Amino acid sequence: MLELFKYGFMIRGFEAGIIIAIIAPLIGIFLVLRRYSLIADTLSHVSLAGVAIGLLLKVNPLITAIIAAVLSSIAIERLRISKKIFGESALSIFLSGSLALAVVLISFSRGFGVDLFSYLFGSITTVKQTDVYIIGTLGLLVAATIITFYKELLYVTVDEEAAKVNGIPTKFINILLIVLAALTVSLSIPIVGVLLIAALIVIPVVSALQLKTSFIKTILIAEVISIFAVISGIIISFYLNLSPGGTIVLTTISIFVLILMLKR
Amino acid sequence: MKNVDHSQTILQLDKVCFSYTSEEVIKDVSLAIHKGDYVGIIGPNGGGKSTLLKLMLGILKPNNGSVRLFGKDLDDFKDWSIIGYVPQKNYIEMNLPITVKELVSMGRYGKRGLFRFPNKEDEQKTLQALKHVDILEYKDKQVSDLSGGQRQRAFIARALAAEPEIIFLDEPTVGVDIKTQKQFYELLRKLNQELELTLVLVSHELDVVAHESSELGYINRTLEYYGEPEEFLKGKYFHELIGKGGVHH
Repeated sequence: MLELFKYGFMIRGFEAGIIIAIIAPLIGIFLVLRRYSLIADTLSHVSLAGVAIGLLLKVNPLITAIIAAVLSSIAIERLRISKKIFGESALSIFLSGSLALAVVLISFSRGFGVDLFSYLFGSITTVKQTDVYIIGTLGLLVAATIITFYKELLYVTVDEEAAKVNGIPTKFINILLIVLAALTVSLSIPIVGVLLIAALIVIPVVSALQLKTSFIKTILIAEVISIFAVISGIIISFYLNLSPGGTIVLTTISIFVLILMLKR
Repeated sequence: MKNVDHSQTILQLDKVCFSYTSEEVIKDVSLAIHKGDYVGIIGPNGGGKSTLLKLMLGILKPNNGSVRLFGKDLDDFKDWSIIGYVPQKNYIEMNLPITVKELVSMGRYGKRGLFRFPNKEDEQKTLQALKHVDILEYKDKQVSDLSGGQRQRAFIARALAAEPEIIFLDEPTVGVDIKTQKQFYELLRKLNQELELTLVLVSHELDVVAHESSELGYINRTLEYYGEPEEFLKGKYFHELIGKGGVHH
């Protein structure tokens, strides 16, 4: 078991993975309950366009992914508020538009000579020390912000109108939520990749929701599921030589199915 | 029944007009609500009752005219935490994972303000509000496990937890049985008389509201009547409206 930690890349993978495991359900619970799950998917595709831009400009793709996701999240929320188009249509435009942009940029530079696969499905072995620092710093920022605005996020999630009447700055809270979602999604790329992020954000929360308990306990249970899935997923993938991102997501799904069966 | 302190105007609407599209749903509505009033707003479906309530609360902005709360224009009014709001039943997504206590404590959030965590006082006020509406024993239950009547009380408790001056209720008794409805109006009477809370109740139940409230407003795009319920019931308005088939009761 300990041989796992002889490898620097495994330690970096665990560090980054656990941080992501902590922040994903924190943001996930608000996204799931507000029916915003598709936002996570959309922002992950936007992040891929960000990755392509980073590769093209030869800067750290994680940084460009974060910038692309955050800027797009603000644009999506503004489109949603303006009511010029349906919220879901806004998401579709961003989802396919950014995927198209990513593909064009990648083909434009003949594939960059990098493994696109690692950005699509995550690859903890390629997590650099700088990435761990970025994920750590911004992950801490996301967690601290959610804790600071927990009561406002909760009120807006449960009853946006009453929250507004009671003087909660709902517009600010909505934009905050989507920006935090953008940060979480883009930070998760090295671990679970663009295509699997939404699962990590959504599935632990949906599993915890089956247990029908208080809001705060639901978050704590989702945290336990998420952290367990990430740690065991990385360990299993190491020994069986599997894709860590895929293994993590399959672990969360196994837990979800297990809870469903136990609840029957 | 009347110990209304007319010296303090809490809410004043002056020639308020509102339209979602080109057709006006609210036209030239003027009225004043004073401290201690128990205002019932009735009217036909689509007559603009809920729209009027949303205008009073600043959820919607009037196209014309002004709404003033505690003497201040809504845009300048800051003290929103003293406004209680009980939304329409079933308006809230009911399978949310929240306990009764969590729901009621939200009433304190606006008061506490940004960057502040709820403290002991908030906890105490939350429990007090639960006690006021007799659902303290259900505090750890899921909101989704409550009966319709209990759930409605939980939303009242949330409004009470903010220690409000005035509570707005939007069709609070839709879909509850007669017995629950009766208990609910008893609770409102208690809040109005014992806690001296000002209440604004939007409802389609003319009979009950006319007997419970101290002021009655009848809205059908324009405010066709505003004044004492007794006057309304025996007056020509009522018979005219019944004649038109415009009143549900």
